[in-house]
Amino acid sequence: MTRFLMRRLAYTLATLLLVSLVSFIIIQAAPGDFAEIYAAKKADAGAVISAAQIAEVRRELGLDQPWYVQYGTWLANAARGDFGQSWTWRRPVGAVIAERLPLTLAIAFATLVFMYVVSIPIGVYSAVRRYSFGDHAASLIGYLGLAIPNFLLALVLMYLSQRYFGQSVGGLFSPQYSLAPWSWEKLQDLLQHLIVPVIVLGTSGTAFLIRAMRAAVLDELDRMYVLSAKASGLSPMQLLLRYPVRIALVPIASTLGWRLTYVISGAPIVGVVLSLPDMGPLFLNSLLNQDMQLAGALIFLYCALTIIGTFLSDVLLVALDPRIRLE
Amino acid sequence: MSMSTDHPHVIDVSNLSISLKNDNNSIAITRDVSFSIGRGEVLALVGESGSGKSVTALALMQLLGGNLSISSGQIVLTAIDGYSADIAKLGRNGRQIEAIRGARMGMIFQEPMSSFSPVHTIGAQIAEVVTVHEDVGRKEARRRSAELLAKVGIPDPVGALDRYPYEFSGGMRQRAMIARALVCGPSLLIADEPTTALDVTIQGQILDLLSKLKDELGMAILFITHDLGIVAQMADRVAIMYAGSIVETGSVREIFRRPSHPYTRALLEAVPRLGDIDERRRINPIAGSMPNLFEPPSGCRFHPRCPVAVHPRCSLERPPTFGSGGRLVECIHGEAELAR
Repeated sequence: MTRFLMRRLAYTLATLLLVSLVSFIIIQAAPGDFAEIYAAKKADAGAVISAAQIAEVRRELGLDQPWYVQYGTWLANAARGDFGQSWTWRRPVGAVIAERLPLTLAIAFATLVFMYVVSIPIGVYSAVRRYSFGDHAASLIGYLGLAIPNFLLALVLMYLSQRYFGQSVGGLFSPQYSLAPWSWEKLQDLLQHLIVPVIVLGTSGTAFLIRAMRAAVLDELDRMYVLSAKASGLSPMQLLLRYPVRIALVPIASTLGWRLTYVISGAPIVGVVLSLPDMGPLFLNSLLNQDMQLAGALIFLYCALTIIGTFLSDVLLVALDPRIRLE
Repeated sequence: MSMSTDHPHVIDVSNLSISLKNDNNSIAITRDVSFSIGRGEVLALVGESGSGKSVTALALMQLLGGNLSISSGQIVLTAIDGYSADIAKLGRNGRQIEAIRGARMGMIFQEPMSSFSPVHTIGAQIAEVVTVHEDVGRKEARRRSAELLAKVGIPDPVGALDRYPYEFSGGMRQRAMIARALVCGPSLLIADEPTTALDVTIQGQILDLLSKLKDELGMAILFITHDLGIVAQMADRVAIMYAGSIVETGSVREIFRRPSHPYTRALLEAVPRLGDIDERRRINPIAGSMPNLFEPPSGCRFHPRCPVAVHPRCSLERPPTFGSGGRLVECIHGEAELAR
């Protein structure tokens, strides 16, 4: 088991390294480098910049070094949380992201919890009462959730909660709390504001998970070991929870990584529509403004979250299914 | 018309009929199945695939699934502790039947590979039976499980508790399955082809183990098989099933020496024996094939394949049952055959 986890950890680190390289290439792929941008800005201000001065700036910043040296420097700095300067924000990229990372994680985590808490019981119900009214209803609602685009659902829910619940939607805090220090009321306010984004982000994933859970439980219900456990005197509920559901969780756990990817990649659009102060709008704007230091760092972070999620789902899988420890 | 035995009965099945219900009609899968098994006795229920023997076994524990149900008859269990109930009257779910399953009746299945959950330890799956039925703690349940594992011949039983089914061989798994079925000391063990999936040497070991445990624990065994070699080795008495009915019952000696139903005779002739190879006697397969349960033949269900059928009588009416006690034959020639 330790060996399996060590190997997975090695894969995870290798993938992270690869992703960092891709992020670096994306940053470099934008036309011009920092020296040229610097020169252009100076020129706009009326200063005359010679080619020698540009070269001087390049040398100072290490931009004349071969790409792998630059990559090494960037990686070493990134490892310390220094992702360079964002020129739109005129602040270190690390600091800009750090403000928003906790909220991004809160949304992603809340969405995952919502998806699993809603879909696992519904999936089990659908499997046990196959072809019943409830099963069909769950499927219908699930498919609707899958079919409705996130941004549309976001707009509709915003309208509804504004109109009927009088709640200020958009953002993650009511105006009076947005600058207030953390307090119990502020946390409650945050949780209330999380409801809409979590529903929007989670709904389509929930549909998928309901179907997956239903299929997984159905697969297990007719297994020999279920009959043999029943012949041992377990009641239907004990039997269901202890065997088919428990075993059906194995394939569900293995998709946690994808689900996280899905939530994270869906987040920017929803974040923009609901004007959430998370990484989503930041990412979109950094791309629009060609703030490549910031964009690269965000891409790296998004990917890193996904990769870490996949690693966690592997850990969960090993805990759930002893057969995997054999490898 | 249950048949008597020399021992106090553990189970008395009489006129058990099981039917398969479709949208608007119901098909009889078994009709009027009757047998009894006494303490310390092994009854072999023998028949081809599709004869209804496994369905009968499942019905005995109210484990019929889907559209199958008991349409009539009685299944009276009289456990060694004095508890008695007509299982046919209990529902498929509920406290009463759950208290019987695994505690007063145990069952082992054909596939030891798939009879255990792959993600729980052997120990957890055996100890669970104890905690479900008895008011004992985890430690005691574990101790009892290890004791049973030792009894079924698993080396290092305490260590085996924490191992997973995939770490066991097929034979070891079937031993563990037997331990699970017997951990609460049932009065009746139903063994549904427990050795079919095992190779021959392991088969012999499992059969020896079952015989030993039966003598030690005094339970009754309903042994379901299509293998007449196993019948000769294991059983005290035999019930031959064909197309949903028991056509002949008797002691092992009676069935093998003086088979009285034409189907039993055909079955015995279809089995190769060691001596036959030298004598070059040909194995006689039974002509024709098992009837389709959805359109069973009228009258005696064996008549289309029967070499001694009397036309048109056998195709018109169900044959009477002759004999008494533990020796019964359902055939128009039954009386003459039994007198022979």
